[in-house]
Amino acid sequence: MISDAYAYSEQPRRLGAPHDLKRVLLQHRVEEFLYYEADLLDQWRYREWLELTTDDIRYWMPLRRNVKFGEWDRERSAELEELAWMDEGRPTLERRVEQLMTGIHWAAEPLSRISHMVTNVRVSEQPEGGEVTVRSRFLVYRNHLEDEETILIGKREDVLRPHGDSYQLARRAVFLDQSVLLTKNLTFLF
Amino acid sequence: MTELITSPGSLYDPDHALLARDAYVNESVYEQELDRIFRRGWMFVGHESQVAKPNDFFVSRMGTDSVILTRNAQGRVHVLLNSCRHKGMRVCRYDEGNARRFQCPYHAWTYSTDGSLVEAPGQLVGLQQYKEAYEGKLDKVEWGLIQARSAIYKGLVFATWDPEAPEFAEQLGDMIVYMDALLDGRDGSPGGSEAVGGVLKWRINSNWKAATENFIGDPLHGVSHRSVEMVGIGPTGSAAVSRSGIKDPSADMIDVSFPRWGHGVFGVEPSIVPADSDVYPHFQVPVGPADVPDVVDRWHREAAKKRAAALEGTMSVEWPLIVGGLFPNMAFHTTFPRTIAVFHPVAPGVCEAWRWLLVDKGSPKEVRDLARHHFLRYSGPAGMTEQDDMENWSYLTAASRGTQARRHPYNYQARLYADGPTRELHEGRTSGGNGTEGSIRSYYRAWSRHMAAESWEEYNAMADREMADMDEA
Repeated sequence: MISDAYAYSEQPRRLGAPHDLKRVLLQHRVEEFLYYEADLLDQWRYREWLELTTDDIRYWMPLRRNVKFGEWDRERSAELEELAWMDEGRPTLERRVEQLMTGIHWAAEPLSRISHMVTNVRVSEQPEGGEVTVRSRFLVYRNHLEDEETILIGKREDVLRPHGDSYQLARRAVFLDQSVLLTKNLTFLF
Repeated sequence: MTELITSPGSLYDPDHALLARDAYVNESVYEQELDRIFRRGWMFVGHESQVAKPNDFFVSRMGTDSVILTRNAQGRVHVLLNSCRHKGMRVCRYDEGNARRFQCPYHAWTYSTDGSLVEAPGQLVGLQQYKEAYEGKLDKVEWGLIQARSAIYKGLVFATWDPEAPEFAEQLGDMIVYMDALLDGRDGSPGGSEAVGGVLKWRINSNWKAATENFIGDPLHGVSHRSVEMVGIGPTGSAAVSRSGIKDPSADMIDVSFPRWGHGVFGVEPSIVPADSDVYPHFQVPVGPADVPDVVDRWHREAAKKRAAALEGTMSVEWPLIVGGLFPNMAFHTTFPRTIAVFHPVAPGVCEAWRWLLVDKGSPKEVRDLARHHFLRYSGPAGMTEQDDMENWSYLTAASRGTQARRHPYNYQARLYADGPTRELHEGRTSGGNGTEGSIRSYYRAWSRHMAAESWEEYNAMADREMADMDEA
């Protein structure tokens, strides 16, 4: 059986019947949240993006490794134990945002042109508390200065917590489909 | 430009501290570096803790070569070239794991390090149709995986391909005092570090030396890090230090170079550690020491006390606050973050950075967690501090490719003339200057000797002459 590392979360599930209106609305609400978020990130409106996150947010982006068939528990770095590309709570996310807003964060200055594309959105309702688990694919394109291009593709697994008439991001795990990161920096968020 | 590269050993002008930009952007210079520096020198390949158990392996790099760091069934560490002796195929295609033997996926040539099966580590132990195709005549020892010479210092494994290379310990020399600051326990006990699981690996469109020299001795790039200082978690940690009321040791940092080998550090000078030594780690927490959990704060305070007691009266680095590098391409920070970086050459304008985080073996989870979080926001591609370094290294490489731009040399003259006479510090030299590019100058002298020399013998002869000249001066 392929492990969680390749399934990247739970096993894929067929979301069959009921295809009722409630599900369609839920899907729509979640997608609206994700697309709004992507708009904010692409426009470097990171302070507004922070408002979409909970105070206890965890933002985690593990490393990926080449491992032998069957040793998949080592395919991605262990959460809270091993290194990661990012492992953040609210305080450091806030400082990342403030750094981006200094205008002298040379890695992001001049600001790159970035597009976040979000697809394959699948929503699972948690049994209690109204939280939803959302899995999606991302493709992030970045063009920096003249000819520097970065294309990063992977999966996200989010936990969204109800907030007002929408959601806040309570957890995001980002599974980039690269072992050696083929770009020099991660100045932006996924 | 061709006249410049006919003699790669003369790309650096030591009298004026100028380096021709071909050193960064020229393909033939790069090819010569691979041959003369990366085949000749000692390179860091990994930490012993990454291969803690028998048959553990970690795939590393030496220059552009893939190598397997492995511990055999008898517990000995070996470094093997990861290329099948038959057709060159990579015999191990995993980043790490545990394997009793390495079997090539192409024709099943199979190699082992198990001393109970082989005479030489990496020897062939299996071969398809050994009898039919080779009549049993293929020499299994001679056709084993190529083994590098390796050396271990307090858990760090280094290797070289050159049988003539001086012993690693000789080449380390008195640089050892700074390596100890990296590798000894926070309480001063010798060795005992381990690597946290996972190695950050990423590509930078930068010449590999641009990254390395930044650590060897570039104390002047504060503007690069101004944005991260402004939000309070910059490399000097000045915000946290001023709030904590502890002595800020960064004012005492000096540049020390090891001219014979090209190593260099920027850090607090070793001294006889006094009885009342009051060192305390240099936290760079987001909003000051209040964010450091009590258990972590206590652990570090106690460790610092023990360290002071252990080192009292010895010639040591009282404050383990050092950034430095070992020739040719390894860099380290001794504390916060306590890390090792290696900048592997990929092409003249591309390197691949690998970064390890070290902690004391057996330290509490909270202590490791704080170190890990600090490291991840400081270092590597998502590191708020190092992102700005990488932007500079990559665009200086790109800008140096211009046909006009590449005609003008890089300038390493900071305090070349203003420095007072250098004085010896063990085998190292320092001008006592904070703000000199002295270590980078000594790094490029060593680099030039390697590029000019056909062998270690020639290198040593040149080094002897230069060291004698320095002593006279």
